[in-house]
Amino acid sequence: MTFWQVTLKLLEGFGMTCSIFALTLVLALPLGLLISFGSMSKFKPLKLVVKVFVWIIRGVPLMLQLFIVYFLPAKLFDGEVFTRFTATIIAFAINYACYFSEIFRAGIEAVPRGQIEAGQVLGMTKFQIFTRITLMQVIKRIVPPMGNEIITLVKDTALARVISVIEIIKVAEQMMSYAIIWPLFYTAVFYLIFVGALTLLFGYFEKKMSYYKV
Amino acid sequence: MEFFKVSGIYKSFGDIEVLRGIDFSLEKGEVLSIIGSSGSGKTTLLRCLNLLEKADKGTISINGEVIIDADAEDKYTDKEIREKRLHMGLVFQQFNLFPQYNVLDNLILAPKLRLNERRDLTKAEKQEKLEKITAHAYELLETIGLFDKALAYPCEISGGQQQRVAIARALMLKPDILCFDEPTSALDPELTGEVLKVIRSLKSKDRTMIIVTHEMDFAKNVSDKVIFMADGVIEEMGTAEDVFDFPKSPKLIAFLNKATETF
Ligand SMILES: Nc1ncnc2c1ncn2[C@@H]1O[C@H](COP(=O)(O)OP(=O)(O)O)[C@@H](O)[C@H]1O
Ligand SMILES: [Mg+2]
Repeated sequence: MTFWQVTLKLLEGFGMTCSIFALTLVLALPLGLLISFGSMSKFKPLKLVVKVFVWIIRGVPLMLQLFIVYFLPAKLFDGEVFTRFTATIIAFAINYACYFSEIFRAGIEAVPRGQIEAGQVLGMTKFQIFTRITLMQVIKRIVPPMGNEIITLVKDTALARVISVIEIIKVAEQMMSYAIIWPLFYTAVFYLIFVGALTLLFGYFEKKMSYYKV
Repeated sequence: MEFFKVSGIYKSFGDIEVLRGIDFSLEKGEVLSIIGSSGSGKTTLLRCLNLLEKADKGTISINGEVIIDADAEDKYTDKEIREKRLHMGLVFQQFNLFPQYNVLDNLILAPKLRLNERRDLTKAEKQEKLEKITAHAYELLETIGLFDKALAYPCEISGGQQQRVAIARALMLKPDILCFDEPTSALDPELTGEVLKVIRSLKSKDRTMIIVTHEMDFAKNVSDKVIFMADGVIEEMGTAEDVFDFPKSPKLIAFLNKATETF
């Protein structure tokens, strides 16, 4: 295989990598926010359930979660319930939502009580206080840890190959059957470019928000 | 009839009785200073007045109308609580400006949100009112001497300037009573003067103020009435002259001696 043939093949796999990445992000961000509200709930039973859930999801390897989401329903219902891709997205979205929820929770709890009280004495509603006061301060605080987590997600997508999702590393692995190994090393370039772009993007966000201190 | 009347305010946190029956009243335009050692319940009282804490017992009325009745407080809807809060303003010890907004936006945020909620106004009317709000904000910035800082962010101005902005922000909603909780305690000594000067300049016949402070000279100067609190009760109350020059209670005498010693 020529270099270009390999590159094109890997790009196909990289398309899958990007799909897993993007869909996980789109689903895990709102879900994570919801979970963080649950983990801060004043209603104790809900809080407990959410905390235990987060503990389990963060405590079990993502690889195992992929196996469970794909194989367990299939076993129970005697046939494929989720396609490999759907199972991947479900496992990733839930797993990352739990990590994100902890970042959100820490960010929300770090907003000083006085900020909220200042909004209250000015007659603002709870919703206005959250959207106009708290949110911007939370975003500023969570951009660096979220950047970290999102970069980890880029590389975690490679785990999907354990249930035979054809992402970039799986493609390179398949080429090894033609006795060529260098494409496997070549995949690193794709990751590096992607992560480099994300790093620049997060740096830009941080700079954008540097006009105020929290 | 008194303009502002506080009767029988009680408040406990668990087993600790922090306020044990607070009664006082103010005429419109009067300035009240509250002094007392730390832990005597001054902050808690201001927080009850501003509905940041729910009093266990007691009432607060303005112009004869009961605004807050502790017995009914659990029944107030969020909307009612918001309306009630607007009678009162509060300036915090820690300023609590919103860091992501510039000075002007800190001032107009809350009035603008209230304006946007109104359904009875057309777009053009809202625009006109917003311009009035902005003009009012600039007027207040002029009063506090920070007209030229309108577009600065809180992190770009000094603590004294931040506190002056916080005062202007509280004034934007035209509260009946403006409360200050140790407005200069978080400031370096050289910055307290500018803030006290602004507060003094606000004194006028229709601005009623309650100031918790450790600045004895200032309190003596600016107040029509002074309350000395100790252990959750009003230990002594009177004119500035009564309290500072002719104190009666031994606790007050000891407190004043200590306050003058440290300076
Ligand atoms: N949220 C709270 N929970 C428990 N105790 C509190 C709380 N707020 C205040 N207190 C207690 O109430 C007492 C009075 O506090 P505070 O009103 O802040 O006094 P001051 O402002 O006069 O220093 C203190 O003993 C303080 O520890
Ligand atoms: Mg206090």
